[in-house]
Amino acid sequence: MNQPAHLEVNASLVTEILCRFIGKEIQRAGFQRAVVGVSGGIDSSVVVYLGARALGPDNVLAVTMPYKTSSDATRRDSQEVIRQLGVRSLDVPITDQIDAYYARFPDAAKLRLANKCARERMTILYDQSAAFGGLVLGTSNKSELLLGYGTQFGDMASAINPVGDLYKTQLYQLAAHLGVPESILKKTPTGDLWVGQTDEGELGFSYAEVDRLLYLMVDRRWRRQELIAAGFSADFVTRVADMVRRNHYKRRMPVIAKLSHRTMDRDFRYARDWGT
Amino acid sequence: MSGPSATHAHAAPSPRALRIALAQVAPWLGHPDRNLALHLEQITQARQAGADMIVFPELSLTGYFVRDMVPDLALPSSAPEIARLLEAAGPMAVIAGFVEESSRHRYYNSAFYGEGGHVAHVHRKVYLPTYGLFDEQRYFAAGNRIRAFQTARFGRVGILICEDFWHLSAASIMQAEEVDLLVCVANSPARGVEGPKIRVAETYDHLTRAYAQLLGAVVVLVNRVGFEDGLCFWGGSTAVGPDGQTLCQAPLFDQALPLAELDPGELRRQRLVAPLARDERLLLTIEELNRIKRRQYDSGPQP
Repeated sequence: MNQPAHLEVNASLVTEILCRFIGKEIQRAGFQRAVVGVSGGIDSSVVVYLGARALGPDNVLAVTMPYKTSSDATRRDSQEVIRQLGVRSLDVPITDQIDAYYARFPDAAKLRLANKCARERMTILYDQSAAFGGLVLGTSNKSELLLGYGTQFGDMASAINPVGDLYKTQLYQLAAHLGVPESILKKTPTGDLWVGQTDEGELGFSYAEVDRLLYLMVDRRWRRQELIAAGFSADFVTRVADMVRRNHYKRRMPVIAKLSHRTMDRDFRYARDWGT
Repeated sequence: MSGPSATHAHAAPSPRALRIALAQVAPWLGHPDRNLALHLEQITQARQAGADMIVFPELSLTGYFVRDMVPDLALPSSAPEIARLLEAAGPMAVIAGFVEESSRHRYYNSAFYGEGGHVAHVHRKVYLPTYGLFDEQRYFAAGNRIRAFQTARFGRVGILICEDFWHLSAASIMQAEEVDLLVCVANSPARGVEGPKIRVAETYDHLTRAYAQLLGAVVVLVNRVGFEDGLCFWGGSTAVGPDGQTLCQAPLFDQALPLAELDPGELRRQRLVAPLARDERLLLTIEELNRIKRRQYDSGPQP
């Protein structure tokens, strides 16, 4: 399916807003620096480019955290981003600690391993954030957040997320505008969770298809019948709508059992940027 | 004695052009001391630039997402903080946004107009957006007046706050009020980034230009900049003359203090070109609205 016109973004306008967002939110938290986990994929590459532009390359720490199954392309592309931008970098392989843990649970399913790796990386980023004196920038895009295609408290965790309101297909436009290397723009999206894993293979549909559906369903609030009339199969619409609903918990803080008259986020309501 | 001055000897001395400073600032969220300092600093700069009026954005003394802070930040219009701003402004008029606590302990999203040391008018936001990203009715009481007021230097002035400006009826009342200057103070967050311009900024541009021409008045829009909880306030404050031409334009996203210079003859000239307010048929409008009111409210079930 071709990229529909309504998913187009004005990349220079978006870049300007996002760079200002990064700069301002980091400053109001009392910092000047940022930490990003870099995978060699499109999302984290865009975030490092934005971070370097907003804060200067010296103020951005790109952390690579390969597991033993991580592909050579992942390492190569991450290094290329770091080299091109001149950001600071740190390589922290996670194989030893992951394997030490799973030595006790040798039969664990590969999804457990994938989630564990994502959470291990999160703890490293937050630890390095304290050492470097910078906030963790999130890299989850709108497609992933809506579909729940990410690990809660893993890759979905961050202090601020500049790309969470951009669909994957919109991130490609931004990446091209920012000068993200061709090899990253061209490669098949993968979480690199296990050998040969690809997002679209695992999800069973392409980002181009699902982004178009999500845009109409979520942003434009088309009804089911309207989506089907527009050419989406009923099964596809059902499946995606279910994914969005089932994974909503990942987008929220844990539910608190209400007892008092003022409960966090229910009737104790303050902006996160309260007082700044 | 003849000379260039002699040729003007019979003309009435033309009044000095009035200058309005558009204070496109980024207030702190829930930090009244810093915001007061920010206002004082802008007032000093505007006075140095020779401004006759300075206009701050909506909720400029508090920031936008005030939520549960509303009762902690609220001030009566007689508050010493406001008196201090007016004192610092000297002869310059001031419009600024604040959370107002009424004597009945209701909280309003308000903007005051003050000059010469006292508050001459307060507009309480009538249309509190409570949809999409907005939640204002949860925290604020709605104002129930849309009125202009007479000033010594600026003629009849009307103030609207952000969402008020999107209601044609509010602009229409201001036309019936025969305003010379319509001021809209706003906290408009950017959304819609698919085209060459921010979508919501484009709409504001249309409204500002259309109202200026339809009302035959100067329209001033002051929108804030900065971020709150991921929302980017886009700025782009502007002043438009009664002919629809831009008098001054602030940049997107950055703090700025541009000056709009009002050509004193332009209102007269434009009202000769297009005497729309003169030709308004107020009684016809009232009669038609009364008929609609009877149809909608006096009989039958609610649609």
